[in-house]
Amino acid sequence: MKIIIVGCGKVGTTLVRELAAENHSIVVIDTDAEKLEEIGNMLDVMCVEGQGESVSVLRDAEVESCDLLIAMTKSDEINLLSCLLAKKLGAKNTIARVRNPIYAEGINLIKDDLGLSLAINPELAAANEISRLLRFPTAIQVETFAKGRVEIMKYAIPEGSILHELRIHQLRTNLKTTVFICAVERGNEVFVPTGDFILRAGDVISFVAPIKVANDFFSKVGAVASRIKNVVILGGGRITYYLTKKLLESGIKVKIIEIDLNRCEELSELLPEAMIIHGDGTNNHLLHEEHIENADAVLSLTGVDEQNVLMSIYASQQVPNAKVITKIKHFDFDDVLKGMPIGSIVYPKHITADRILQYVRVMQNSWEAGMESLHRIVDDRVEALEFRIRQNSLILDVPFADLDIGKGTLVACITRDGRTFTPTGKDSIQMGDTVIVVTTHKGISRLEQILEDETV
Amino acid sequence: MNVKYVLKLNGCILLFDAVAMLLPVMVALYYQESSGVAFAPAILLAIGIGLPLFLLKPKKRELYAREALVTVSVAWFVMSLIGGLPFYFSHEIPSFIDCFFETASGFTTTGATILTDVEALSRCMLFWRSFTHWIGGMGVLVFVMAIASLAGGNNMHLIRAESPGPKVEKILPKANTNSKLLYGMYIGLTFLQVVFLLFGDMPFFDAVTTAFGTAGTGGFGIKNTSMAEYSTYIQAVVTAFMLLFSINFNMYFFIIAKRFSAVWKDEELRLFFGIVAVAVVCIVINNRGMFDSVGSAVHHTAFTVASIISTSGFTTVDFNAWPEFSKTILVVLMFVGACAGSTGGGIKVSRILIMLKSLKKEFTALVHPKSIKTIHMNGKRIDDETTRRATSFMICYIGIFVLSMIIIAFDNMSLETNLTAVAATLNNVGPGLSAVGPTGNYAGFSPLSKLVLTFDMICGRLELFPVMILLLPQTWKKY
Repeated sequence: MKIIIVGCGKVGTTLVRELAAENHSIVVIDTDAEKLEEIGNMLDVMCVEGQGESVSVLRDAEVESCDLLIAMTKSDEINLLSCLLAKKLGAKNTIARVRNPIYAEGINLIKDDLGLSLAINPELAAANEISRLLRFPTAIQVETFAKGRVEIMKYAIPEGSILHELRIHQLRTNLKTTVFICAVERGNEVFVPTGDFILRAGDVISFVAPIKVANDFFSKVGAVASRIKNVVILGGGRITYYLTKKLLESGIKVKIIEIDLNRCEELSELLPEAMIIHGDGTNNHLLHEEHIENADAVLSLTGVDEQNVLMSIYASQQVPNAKVITKIKHFDFDDVLKGMPIGSIVYPKHITADRILQYVRVMQNSWEAGMESLHRIVDDRVEALEFRIRQNSLILDVPFADLDIGKGTLVACITRDGRTFTPTGKDSIQMGDTVIVVTTHKGISRLEQILEDETV
Repeated sequence: MNVKYVLKLNGCILLFDAVAMLLPVMVALYYQESSGVAFAPAILLAIGIGLPLFLLKPKKRELYAREALVTVSVAWFVMSLIGGLPFYFSHEIPSFIDCFFETASGFTTTGATILTDVEALSRCMLFWRSFTHWIGGMGVLVFVMAIASLAGGNNMHLIRAESPGPKVEKILPKANTNSKLLYGMYIGLTFLQVVFLLFGDMPFFDAVTTAFGTAGTGGFGIKNTSMAEYSTYIQAVVTAFMLLFSINFNMYFFIIAKRFSAVWKDEELRLFFGIVAVAVVCIVINNRGMFDSVGSAVHHTAFTVASIISTSGFTTVDFNAWPEFSKTILVVLMFVGACAGSTGGGIKVSRILIMLKSLKKEFTALVHPKSIKTIHMNGKRIDDETTRRATSFMICYIGIFVLSMIIIAFDNMSLETNLTAVAATLNNVGPGLSAVGPTGNYAGFSPLSKLVLTFDMICGRLELFPVMILLLPQTWKKY
């Protein structure tokens, strides 16, 4: 596919890298020549210097023949304008990043008029992810599938857990649970485990399960955390705004510590029910004055990554029982962060990139191919894909025992008639099913590709 | 200070007064009462002073905040003075100060009276007395401006000065249409009440005067026993309408516009009805022994509570004879008053709500010194100015209250009488307790005390600031 990306900031660059890896032909438009050169050196893409809202620049990028234009500049207005122009000039689809909460409300009203295929709001998406995490405080990461019926979660096995030295197939026999472990991270290695795989303390497991089963699993392994009732958020940015709104709705008390007085006033106007504290989140005196030690969750969501990391380490020390979440904006050293006691990490840029990538994959295929969503589980090494079976295919109605599914690929669960189950060798995929596939292969966009000889 | 323009507007008010007095003249003609003649000199005087003022041609026609406030407060004093003349000329109320008190009590919708025998007044005088309530209820200047389209139509300053409540907002873009709409609803509701009262076989004259008294939340009755002699149905209708007239008129607009959730979620309205319900329950528990049945206790208590909180002042029973607890609750209700944007008086429920909220904010600030909080009402931010103004209103209110009490204390009445007399006039309620209770009146006060209480009534009706500004030297400076 031919894709134009306007603006290569953090998300833009991530996107360029991901899409280039999937063999799309990509044109990047940006005003920063230096940045373009950097990208041009690193990746096989074409670079056009100029403004995305300029017709001549868009023409230079051959917008008339492009399949998709993604506008990712800092400004919402420019993004919308670029998309509108691109559509007029012949682009087939457009995606705009719109982050102003004021526009967020109206965007659905005008989306069709603007010819916009997708409006993406990174902060809102990040807030949704964080609120999911707060629902399962024991999990490190939570994603939803099948319209919220199935969750994919990450859980770090603590010392002394009954999961230690347990074979995966023993989960069913010993624990009587049907959670499906689809990836295990041990140190820097990632395994897509088979039934004989032995779990160890310190492993980070990713598993797929319906919400009920997940709750049941957590209680069986003794990792039940009480429901989160009050949250301290450090930093009052847009994510904080969306998140607080969501949390207040579900009856969770929120305390926001923000350093900028004007922003404090804005927030107090927007969120009258939240407690807004004007002060520096790195000031431990203030944190204790506000009784951070009694919080069920501490979220570091300021705009400075280093500060977030430090505050999260401090919070983990001071409030060992609290759920800690750290927002990382553009710090690239994932491996460094992995060893730090900073709780769950949320990368807004990954969330945005994922959402767009998902859209591109789905777009690439016909609707019948049925890919509904895509989540990356372990950085970008393992992906979980959701398919809805809408057309006949050679793999339907064949028992799994007879299917030659490729190495590093697993069918995690099937939702049929509102019931979700983990398939065994006797089960088969049927018309109308929602199937969740976990794989280490990249670029899968049709269900047939899970077969050994079809693997891309 | 644009004195000429202020005078011109006051001339306009005098002319309006003259026109308004034509109505009781017609009543006098209908009942063939000779006392109707007393209106003639009053009307002539009003025209004599009003017309030359009205014909003044000020160079500038801008109405700034200062001019608007002065115009409104001067107009209310002038109106009460001229409006009292018929009583004086007919000798039905011999003392001019009493006439002034009675008319001010009418226009400010207080309903406090110096008459010992109301029924001795002629019908046209009774009509005029009740009619002043109806005129004063919604505000006179706003009405005149709306009709005459004076002040270039932009009379927001006037509306703010005359309308009750901590924050006056337009619900329609044009001030004139806005005022006309409010008056339309006012007239409509009054008409509805007359119809309901007529259904209860109330004589037409009684129905109209009672409706005027209820609409303005005034409380002048035409009987010595106020509402006591009427049927339970009529009393119930009056109870309902007293409450209807003491809620924000914007609510009726929302109902017409089918914005029901705005009404349902209105915090002031909820608090208002909450207070009414709690007060009724508390008082009934306390005074049920004084009635034949619980039903009748509830009926009379509901009437009294509605009458006091709406600051009307109609009575069906002598609540002065109730137990102390019940009386205390009633006195508290006098201070609470009606909702903003209604015709009622008092401190106003919304102002109390704002003050409670800002108090809560201050308390939060004690526990969390660095917390930042804004006050919200009905989902909207209440700006600091409104909160500040509510607080200064309270300080001013207490100041006037204390001073008035000290001055009228010279008459050597009981403390209960003095306290409730000031409370009942400053809050535009009417009857107080003890000597000024439902069976008593204000006749026993000295002329000085009557003037002080008259001042309190006008202060209360205009919500202090417009009257206070008259006393401020800097208002009268040229720069």
